[in-house]
Amino acid sequence: MPARFRLTEGGRIDRSKPISFTFNGKVYQGFEGDTLASALLANGVHLVGRSFKYHRPRGIMSAGAEEANALIQVGEGARTDPNLRATQIELVDGLKAASQNCWPSVEFDVSIVNNIASRLIPSGFYYKTFMWPASLWMTYEKIIRNAAGLGKAPEGPDPDSYDKTFAHCDVLVVGAGPTGLAAALSAGRSGARVILSEQDATLGGSLLSEPDLQIDGQPALEWVAAARAELEGLDNVRILTRTQTYGYFDHNFIGLMENLTDHLPQSAKPPKLPRHRLWKLRAKQVVIATGAIERPLVFSDNDRPGIMLASACRTYLNRFGVKPGSKAVVFTNNDGAYAAALDMHKAGIQIAAIVDLRAYAEGPLTEQARDAGLRILDGHAITATAGDKRVKAVQVTRLSDDGESAKAVGEHIECDLVAVSGGWNPTVHLHSQSRGKILFDETYACFVPGDSAQASTTAGACSGSFGLGACLSQGHDAGLAAAKAAGVKSRKKGSAPQAEDPNAPGGADRDFLPARWLWLVPGDKPLGHGGKHFVDVQNDVTAADLHLALREGYRSIEHVKRYTTTGMGTDQGKTSNVNAIAIVSQYFGCPIPDVGVTTFRPPYTPVTFGVFAGRDIGDLLDPARKTPMHALHEHAGATFEDVGQWKRPWYFPHEGEDMHQAVNREVRACRESLGVMDASTLGKIDIQGKDAAEFLNRVYTNAWLKLKVGACRYGLMLGENGMVMDDGVTSRLGENHFLMTTTSGNAAPVLAHLEEYLQTEWPELEVYLTSVTEQFATVSIAGPNARKLLAELTDDIDLSAEAFPFMTWRNGRVAGIPARVFRISFTGDLSYEINVPASYGAALWQAVMTTGEKYAITPYGTEAMHVLRAEKGFIIVGQDTDGSVTPIDLGMDWIVSKTKDFVGRRSLYRSDMDKPDRKQLVGLLTDAPDTVLPEGAQLVEKIESGPTMAMVGHVTSSYHSPNCERSIAMALIKGGRARMGQKLYSPQADGKVITCSVSDVVFYDKEGERTRG
Amino acid sequence: MVEAYLRQSPLSQLALPSRAADETGDAGVSMAERPFRRIVNLRGNPKSEAFVSAAKSVLGAELPLAPNSAAAGKDATLLWLGPDEWWAVSEDETPPLADKLRDALSGQHASVTDVGEGYSCIAVSGPNAIDTLAKGCTLDFHDSVFAPGSCAQSDMAKAAVVFHRLEDETPSFEIYVRSSFAEYLWRWIEDAAGEYGVAVTG
Repeated sequence: MPARFRLTEGGRIDRSKPISFTFNGKVYQGFEGDTLASALLANGVHLVGRSFKYHRPRGIMSAGAEEANALIQVGEGARTDPNLRATQIELVDGLKAASQNCWPSVEFDVSIVNNIASRLIPSGFYYKTFMWPASLWMTYEKIIRNAAGLGKAPEGPDPDSYDKTFAHCDVLVVGAGPTGLAAALSAGRSGARVILSEQDATLGGSLLSEPDLQIDGQPALEWVAAARAELEGLDNVRILTRTQTYGYFDHNFIGLMENLTDHLPQSAKPPKLPRHRLWKLRAKQVVIATGAIERPLVFSDNDRPGIMLASACRTYLNRFGVKPGSKAVVFTNNDGAYAAALDMHKAGIQIAAIVDLRAYAEGPLTEQARDAGLRILDGHAITATAGDKRVKAVQVTRLSDDGESAKAVGEHIECDLVAVSGGWNPTVHLHSQSRGKILFDETYACFVPGDSAQASTTAGACSGSFGLGACLSQGHDAGLAAAKAAGVKSRKKGSAPQAEDPNAPGGADRDFLPARWLWLVPGDKPLGHGGKHFVDVQNDVTAADLHLALREGYRSIEHVKRYTTTGMGTDQGKTSNVNAIAIVSQYFGCPIPDVGVTTFRPPYTPVTFGVFAGRDIGDLLDPARKTPMHALHEHAGATFEDVGQWKRPWYFPHEGEDMHQAVNREVRACRESLGVMDASTLGKIDIQGKDAAEFLNRVYTNAWLKLKVGACRYGLMLGENGMVMDDGVTSRLGENHFLMTTTSGNAAPVLAHLEEYLQTEWPELEVYLTSVTEQFATVSIAGPNARKLLAELTDDIDLSAEAFPFMTWRNGRVAGIPARVFRISFTGDLSYEINVPASYGAALWQAVMTTGEKYAITPYGTEAMHVLRAEKGFIIVGQDTDGSVTPIDLGMDWIVSKTKDFVGRRSLYRSDMDKPDRKQLVGLLTDAPDTVLPEGAQLVEKIESGPTMAMVGHVTSSYHSPNCERSIAMALIKGGRARMGQKLYSPQADGKVITCSVSDVVFYDKEGERTRG
Repeated sequence: MVEAYLRQSPLSQLALPSRAADETGDAGVSMAERPFRRIVNLRGNPKSEAFVSAAKSVLGAELPLAPNSAAAGKDATLLWLGPDEWWAVSEDETPPLADKLRDALSGQHASVTDVGEGYSCIAVSGPNAIDTLAKGCTLDFHDSVFAPGSCAQSDMAKAAVVFHRLEDETPSFEIYVRSSFAEYLWRWIEDAAGEYGVAVTG
C-alpha cells in the first residue's frame, strides 16, 4: 500500500523499488531514492525527536545538511551511529532508525517536565546553579551527564572497516549543484585534474528540487545527466558523491569523508569495501560552490513538528514526490517562498494562507500566487502556534507598521504544515574555515564571502548570487580560472551553460527578493512570557535567552554563543547563527557587521571517528619490526618485549616456568655454560672516509685516532648539553672504515645526530655514513663454553686468547656462512657476537642451537641480558640515564678525554656539573636479600611522618641476581659516591619501607677476569 | 659458495609462493616479493669528474643526476636517492658490483656499502596500484608527477621506503623497505588494496 502522503507520480524516487525500514520499532515502506526524512513524511510521520533541553516534540525542519532537529540513531549494538540527520540518511532496506533524547518513547517523554519548568532553566543555568557548593559538583555532574548528550555510543568495537587516502588535484570543486557542475565542466574540459565532491548521493543540488527550469534548452536534470556523463568520460575528473567536504585547512589541505556503503543493505555490501573513506586532499585550487541554506523565521513556538523551511517543502514535493502536509500556511518575509506555495498548490496541498511580513507583498512569484488566487495576508505575522506532536493551527495577526508588535487579536487558521522562509544564507563555512573574510551583504541580509585567504574562490549562491543564470556563468568562469591558476594550459574553452524558466521569461535569473528583514517576529505575549521564539532548535536557545545574556552583560558574540550555547552542537548553527547575530545587533541597536560572526569550525557535518584511524588499528597500528630469527623465537615459545618498534625476545619460558624462574635459568646458563641471544636489533652505522677516525674522535668522549684495524672500542656519545645520549662499540674495519653500533632504540636518532654534525658543523670532513642495521643478523653467544662452541663452527678463525683477544674482531666463516665475529661482551662473560648477512640469520641461529646442545645452550632474552649487565654495573642508556646524566655522574670519568675536544665537552665544565649533590650512579643492596626494590622507587635518608619527605634519588635498575644470590639495584643518588655503606630508605605505596645500603655499582666479577679469559 | 637454501627472505614467513597465481584475473592490484636483490649504496660528489667517470666505468651508464630519477646501467638499475647518494640495484645472479666500485673509486672521497641484505622489495602493480599507494604515502603518483622511471624516498604507511616506478604501461612500482618492516608493510598494502582485489604473483 503506498504511503498516504506519497504523490502517485513525479520526483526522483523509483516507485518500482520499494524499501522497508524500521523507525522506533515500527515498520514503514519507502522507495529507492528516498531519505529517511522523506520516507517518514510520506508515511505522515512528523514527530521524530525530542529537543535537547526541554524535550519538546520536534519534527523534520529541513531537507539537507542543516537539519537541527531530526537527529537519528541508526543501527544497533556495535554497528550504530548517533546524531545522523534524517534528511541525509539514504533509505536502505532493513534500515533500523530510532529517535534520540527521549525516554521512554518519543511519543511520551517524561523529561517534558523540563519544558513546563523552563523558567527555572534559563541560559547559563549550569553555570549559575551547579557552582555552589563546589564540593557537590561530582554529584551534580553524574545527573547532568545522564540527562545530557545526544544519542548512544556503540556497545562494542566497530565491526566495519575504514579507509583513508591522500589525494592531489589541480582543482577541487565542492558541491555539484548548477554552479559546481558548470565549474567542473569548464575545469575538466581544460584538462585540469579535477575532483568534484558532492555530499548528496546524486548530482544536481538545488536543481533536484526544481520542476521546471531548463538549461541549454533541455530540462535541468537532463542537463545534469549529460554533464555527469561528460565528466565521467574525462579521465582527468573524479566525481565523489556521498562525500562531505568537512574541513578546509592550511595550504589548501582539504578533508573529505566519503560514504561508500551506508546506502547498501548489509547483504549487498562488498566485503572488502571500506565503509567510509577519509580523503586527505591537496588541491592547487578550490572552487567552493556549496550553495545556500534557507533561514527560518524566529517567531513564537516556531519549533512544532510540521513547521519546516519552505525550500524543504519544495524538495519533498519535487524531489521525493511527498506531500509534507495537507493544509499549509506559508510564512515568509520574501518573494522566493511563494515558489513553495505555488508548487504545493499545484500538488493539491491546500494553501490556507500565505502570511507575509512585508507590508505589501510583491515580486514575480508573489504575482503568480496572486494570479492563482492564493490568499495572501501581507503585513501579517504568525504570533502563536498550537499543536503538541504536530502543528494544528496558527494565530495570524496584523503587524504594527514598524513590525515591533502585533495588533489586537488575530485570526485562528487551522493547518498541519507551516512553510517558513526568512531569506537565505550562503554556505560560507569552507571559505571561512580557510580564513577567508566574511562580509555582510545589506541587500540580501546575509554574510557573503570576502577575500580568499588561500587558493580558492567561491561561486554561485555560496558567493551570494542567487539566480540560476548567475550560478552557471560564475561556476563556468571559476572553473576556468582555477584551472588556469593551477597552471593548466587550456585545451578547449566551451561556453557557460544558459538557463531559462519556460514559465516566466527571465525567471531563471530571479532571486528571492524583495524581502523585509524582521529578525524577531513579535508574539501575542511579551518575549519570555509564554511562547518560545526558538533561535537554535538543536540547543533549545530562544530569543529570550539571548536577551537575558545581553542583559547580564555579555557583549562579544563569542561569549554570547558560549553562554547560551546558540550555534553549538552538531549542526554548528547552520540555521541559527545569522538570526542570533541579528537579534543581538537589534538589541544593541548596532549594525549587524558590528556584532561580527562566530568562528566557522570544521567539521561542516560530523565525521566518523573510524576514518581517522583507518586501517592503522590492531596489528597494523604500528609496525612490528622483526629480526630474521623472529619465527624461530616464536617457535621456541619466546615472550616478546617491545623495544621501540622492535619485537625482541624477553625470555624463553619452559613449560611450567614463570618469568622469574625462566630469567634465573637463562642468567645462570650464561655464567655456567652457554647462552645465546639475538642481537640483530642493535643499530649499526657504516662510516667511511679519510676523516672517519677524526669524526669519531669528535663525537665520542674518548680517543679514536690510534685504534688499530681489527680492534673495537666502547664509546660514549654526548649531546651538546654534556648529557649521555648513546653508547656502543665501534670497530675499525679498515684505515678509513669503521662500523659503529648504537642502542637498539636509538639507531635513527644517532644517525640523524651524526649527519647533522657532518653536514652543518664539519662539512670539511670527508666522511660518509650509511645505516647498515639490517644488513647483518647478529647472534651473541656468552658463557664459559662460548669459545668451544665457536671452535666447532669455524675453521678459519684462530680463537685463542692471544690471536683473538677481547675487544677485537675477525672475519671468517661460521657454520659455512661468511661472518664477522666480534669478541665483545655486554654480559661480562666470555662472549662473541657473530654477524652474518641478514638472510642467513635464521640458518646461523639454527646451527648454533644444534651445535650448542652439548653445552645445554640456552637462548636468553632481554630481561636476562639486563640482569647480566646489571651484575656487572653496565649502564643502559635510557634506563640508567634520562637525559640529565653526565658521564661523570655515572662514574665513567675514565672514558672522558681530558686532552681533546668532543661534542658536549664544554658543558661538562659548567659550574653546575661540579655540584657535590648531583645525582650519581651507585649500587643499592637491600637489607633483606630477597626483597627487590621497584624500579623508579624514591629513596630518602629518614622516614618522616608526613607524606612529603626529602628525596635523595631513585632506583633506575633492579633485579634478583641468581649469580649474586640476592637482589641488586642501580640508583641515581645525590652525592651517591660519598655515601658508600650509608643506609637509605624507600617508602612504598603500601606503607612498607625497604631499607638498603649504598654500594659499588659492580656486583659480580669486579676484576673482569671472566670477560677477558 | 654458501648453500642458497640457507637463505631466507624477510617475507618467507608469509608463504607467498603458495599463494601465487599465474593469472591476475580481474584483480586491481598484483603484489609480489622480489627477494635477494643486491643493493649497493654509493656516495660521492657528482661534481667530481673523477667520481662520475669511475662510477660510469663500472656501472656502464651515467649516474642519474636529476632528482628522483632512475637509469638503467649495464647490470644494475641506478636510483637517485639524494644529491650525493645512489643505489645500484641488481639481481642476485648478476656479478657483485661493490668490490669493483670500491676499486674504481679508491683514493676518492666516496663510499660503497652493500645494503641489499637489509632490504626487502615489494612489487605492486595493476590498474589500482596508484590508488593503493596513495593510501599510505603523501606523494602524488600521478603520471604527470611521478612518471615511469621515477623514484623517491618517502614513507609508506609507517615505514620508510624507496619507491621506484618501472617503465611499464600498467602502473608498476617496486617498493624497497627495510626487512624488519617488510611483513608489516606487505600486510598493510594487501589490506589497503583489498577493495580492488589482490593477486599474489610469483
